[in-house]
Amino acid sequence: MDILGIFLSSASFILAPTTIAYALATLGLALHFGYGGLLNMGMAGFMALGAYGYAIGILTFGLPWYLAAFVGIIASIVFALILGIPTLRLRGDYLAIVTIAAAEIVRLMLLSSAFGTVTGSADGLSGFNGPGGTVTNPTVGAGGFNESNPIPEGVYGFPPFLDDQRTWYLRIVGIIILALAIFVVWRLVNSPWGRVVKGIREDEDAVRSLGKNVFAYKLQVLIIGGVLGALGGLMLAFSTNVNSSVYVTSLTFFLWTALLLGGAATVFGPLAGSIIFWVLQAFLGLLFPALASVGLMPFTTIQAAQIKFIIVGFALVLLVVFRPQGLYGNKKELTFVK
Amino acid sequence: MKSTGLHVGEIKPGVAKKDPILIADHVRRQFGGLVAVDVEHVEIPRNAITALIGPNGAGKTTFFNLLTGFDQPNEGKWSFNGKSLANVSAYRVARRGLIRTFQLTKALGLLTVMDNMKLGSTEQLGEKLSASLFPLIWKKKEKEIEEKALEILQRFKLDTKKDDFAASLSGGQRKLLEMARALMTDPELVMLDEPMAGVNPALTESLLEHILGLKAQGMTVLFVEHDMHMVRHIADWVIVMAEGKVVAEGAPDEVMKNPAVIDAYLGSHQDIDLGTVTGRITLPKISKEK
Repeated sequence: MDILGIFLSSASFILAPTTIAYALATLGLALHFGYGGLLNMGMAGFMALGAYGYAIGILTFGLPWYLAAFVGIIASIVFALILGIPTLRLRGDYLAIVTIAAAEIVRLMLLSSAFGTVTGSADGLSGFNGPGGTVTNPTVGAGGFNESNPIPEGVYGFPPFLDDQRTWYLRIVGIIILALAIFVVWRLVNSPWGRVVKGIREDEDAVRSLGKNVFAYKLQVLIIGGVLGALGGLMLAFSTNVNSSVYVTSLTFFLWTALLLGGAATVFGPLAGSIIFWVLQAFLGLLFPALASVGLMPFTTIQAAQIKFIIVGFALVLLVVFRPQGLYGNKKELTFVK
Repeated sequence: MKSTGLHVGEIKPGVAKKDPILIADHVRRQFGGLVAVDVEHVEIPRNAITALIGPNGAGKTTFFNLLTGFDQPNEGKWSFNGKSLANVSAYRVARRGLIRTFQLTKALGLLTVMDNMKLGSTEQLGEKLSASLFPLIWKKKEKEIEEKALEILQRFKLDTKKDDFAASLSGGQRKLLEMARALMTDPELVMLDEPMAGVNPALTESLLEHILGLKAQGMTVLFVEHDMHMVRHIADWVIVMAEGKVVAEGAPDEVMKNPAVIDAYLGSHQDIDLGTVTGRITLPKISKEK
């Protein structure tokens, strides 16, 4: 059993593109739920639109990667408007129902063979990050994200971050986007605008009675959080192929897990939560099969790999019961139960 | 100082006022078969304290909701400062200077007392999404708002609590906070829905002072209340509602002698100790029973 190897592979998730993607989407959820009180159960849909918007922008419309990224962002804004305009006037629970359904509609439409020529149907899309020509659509030039990498070819860093130029480029782009996003969200929630938004979370009628356009604020929150979700999807698309089987409802629940781990009404909680979630997932996912293979667990290695979900689920229950404010949250805020 | 001579002509339900700030005509709200509010005509006098009284279920709070845009009537028109408020959304009504509080206090629990107050200000440009990213635009205004909030909090004796979460305040303090927050908007007409419910006698007294203070500052107050001593003490004018209609109006002392009001709301034993009425305790001296 290679304990050091398990530790190193788990630790590599601290700065993995996937972790950064989760952190971005979870930050969006924090803005939605922790600050705005909006129950968005469809973050996977926003991420899917970000990722597919980017991929389709390149493969179908032949845009360069930076313009295609905007297609993904605009798609998520349109999605937020479509969801928000009819439902934000209603009570919060309705938004939860509508978002979970809408995210599934998005996923099933991307999966459907009706739009297969554009979405790739069940195969998803690939080849959009590299140079021109793809298997499904060899005539179109790809977006050239990989070519925009200024880092010379080679392997850099030290374990667990010993990677080639492409992974480092992804990492740097991801960290820049994430840092900007965290700064913007921090600035927003600590401004008078953020005060109104937090007021709406507490009681929207009270805020309305003070002359604030509650609906407009809620729509703004939904859009900004949705764009953060789309950025998370973009990050995933930068790093790998897009496939509708990734953007399932359980992705949304993983994001919620990360959010509650870090603390819902915090700016750094989503990042901390995502890192812990991924490192722990990777660690348990490697540890249990290794234990099983040397006979320390009475399971096959495949069964053992699934036990991590049981442990993660159990940890989430304990967390919500004993530390509902998350790692970063203010204990005082939860002393008063509504 | 009580204001007198607010009306024009003979006193009757819906009597015209010399200087009305709010006029409602044929405002009607139905919930299925139940007519909750059916007000023929009513005028609220400017810079005076008007009490709206009536039995439970008379439609007082519904009428409040209709006037402030929190609910839409089936028919009717109403105007504030001569401008119609029909189909104006609640937040726009508030911006015009008509601020309300709620019967069930709505303190924003997980915001500090100071943030609750700052939220009341209408002048903060930083509440716009585009401006909020640039502290230079709103930092200075924020200081001014904070000073104003502190001054009002001092008046309401909440200044020592300014950094506490509103959720940590007692029920009475939350009522005070809600009223203080409403004042941050510089309203013209303040509508208070049962400001004294659940507040202890000493705090009631200071709340009364605050309400009288609002009038002294030139504001108009309309409030719903069940405490008749308080109504008698501070109201310049009383409007009585029953079953959705305005059934009586007038100066407090006059209205409370009105037999219709006694029958519908006050009860004929209003000045007698409850123990005497129910017969559970006999008081040594009963002066008013005849």
